[in-house]
Amino acid sequence: MSANFFYTIEVIANGLMTGVMYSLVALGFVLIFKASGVFNYAQGVMALFAAMTLVGIQTGQVPFAHLINVIFGTHLDKFGWEVPTFIAILIALAVMIGFAFLVERYILKHLVNQDPIILFMATIGLAYFMEGFGDLMWGSEIKKLDVGLPQGGNVWLENATAGWAEGFYGFYIDNLDMWATAIAIVLVAGLIVFSNYTKTGRALRAVADDNQAALSVGISLRKIWVIVWSLAGLVALVAGIMWGAKSGVQFSLSLIALKALPVLMLGGFTSIPGAIVGGMIIGVGEKLFEFTVGPYIGGATENWFAYVLALIFLVFRPQGLFGEKIIERV
Amino acid sequence: MNATAESYVTEDGRTIGGKVMEMKNITLKFGGVTAISNISFDIREGEIRAIIGPNGAGKSSMLNVINGFYHPQEGEIWFRGEKRKPMKPYQIAQQGIARTFQNIALFKGMSTLDNIMTGRFTHMKTNMFWQAVWKGPAEREENLNRDIVEHVIDFLEIQAIRKTPVGRLPYGLQKRVELGRALAAQPKLLLLDEPMAGMNVEEKEDMSRFILDVNDEFGTTIALIEHDMGVVMDISDRVVVLDYGKKIGDGTPDEVRNNQDVIDAYLGVAHD
Repeated sequence: MSANFFYTIEVIANGLMTGVMYSLVALGFVLIFKASGVFNYAQGVMALFAAMTLVGIQTGQVPFAHLINVIFGTHLDKFGWEVPTFIAILIALAVMIGFAFLVERYILKHLVNQDPIILFMATIGLAYFMEGFGDLMWGSEIKKLDVGLPQGGNVWLENATAGWAEGFYGFYIDNLDMWATAIAIVLVAGLIVFSNYTKTGRALRAVADDNQAALSVGISLRKIWVIVWSLAGLVALVAGIMWGAKSGVQFSLSLIALKALPVLMLGGFTSIPGAIVGGMIIGVGEKLFEFTVGPYIGGATENWFAYVLALIFLVFRPQGLFGEKIIERV
Repeated sequence: MNATAESYVTEDGRTIGGKVMEMKNITLKFGGVTAISNISFDIREGEIRAIIGPNGAGKSSMLNVINGFYHPQEGEIWFRGEKRKPMKPYQIAQQGIARTFQNIALFKGMSTLDNIMTGRFTHMKTNMFWQAVWKGPAEREENLNRDIVEHVIDFLEIQAIRKTPVGRLPYGLQKRVELGRALAAQPKLLLLDEPMAGMNVEEKEDMSRFILDVNDEFGTTIALIEHDMGVVMDISDRVVVLDYGKKIGDGTPDEVRNNQDVIDAYLGVAHD
């Protein structure tokens, strides 16, 4: 077999894993959309905020240090301690859950029974608020996130597969990508089991289907919203960790949310497995396209390929691959 | 319970107990429109109580008051001997009041089984942690409640559609699944909003049989709204009649049938 064949496989594998990273972001959208029909524009910023919080706690940063320094003329920066990664992650998760409570208390509660577009606008406002708030709290410089996951190419795999063909130097697969894939799979499996086989999961789906009926069987909408936003916060934290470890914690992290859009259009806004498969198709698709067609048309196809693919999908299957069938009874 | 609470036995041998619910001088307004004005009636334990009246009489509003979707401006609601504070609908569901809807409000994307399982929501108490872990208490609770749900499914004869997403079911079956979801809650009071609306004769007969069986077998107290007079007079123990938001009759089907106000409301009065 030729080296090209193996390189293609490498491209596919890398595409799959990039796709999983997209899926992680898309998952957050799906959770909230499923339960409340709201497209949460702030999901990307939530990932950024979660990652910033994690770094801040881990490195013992003083929150709002800059603000405090300006007002009181102090020179605070760090507490001078380092929090172990695991504990820092738990604290960051607690912060995201607290955030979910605040969102419910100060935003959603007041917008009950409003059109989805109103809630969408609210999430846009929320996104910009969080962006500024995050900068104010933790500073706007680019931060390095190290959660102890191995980074760089997997040497063992590369050495083991080198020389499989003439001119092939082994598979180059990033360790971090492999970890991200494994974690994403666990997360998704957990979420699927949770939503299908537990009381709260059923309640989440029930609220998504019919608010009034959900109330009539004793489900508190406000509680469900808090749970949903907490889960979205958890997913944002995981996505933030993975993307942050990969490319640093910085503003552009919030833009990966845009990459999640085509994933959602492919997978369907309401399907958790759909978010994963959609992400993989986009990931593999854009890498393969870049690898095969890219060189002929000047490259940089990764920037637009996903959107074009999503557009084509929209024409033929508007509910996405796994989206709930749109059943109209006449 | 008070002095009027003596129980009695019906002709067909069911025991009707004291008042489960008592509405006292309920008035409900939407802006300038009075949907319900100064209505009082009670529902006794174990009975089938019908609320009837022409369109716009305030029947559905009354059900929504009982179930907490609407909060009346005036009046008191007594449930099981206690005056009820203003509550959210989900809290009222937790108190043991289940209902169905006129326009079917099922979770369309979920299977029949899952829909009816949601009816058990208020009975399931394990916390999020155990649910996430799934083993232990959550699993035991799930299985226990599953048994009750399977019993309801057997009872309503809908085994064949257990796994079907309810959005795909025909109308009559959806109505039955909705009844199942309400039954699964093992309610102290079951509210049915036009359980037979839009059904054909056969489906109506099935539904009447289920309602009677539920009442007979589980002793469930039922309050229902229905347009089909034949059905109402057949299955209910007592009937309250509303017209333009006012109560114009209350009593056994026979009493109501012979009440002049009721006849006028239904047939119209000659104005001379």
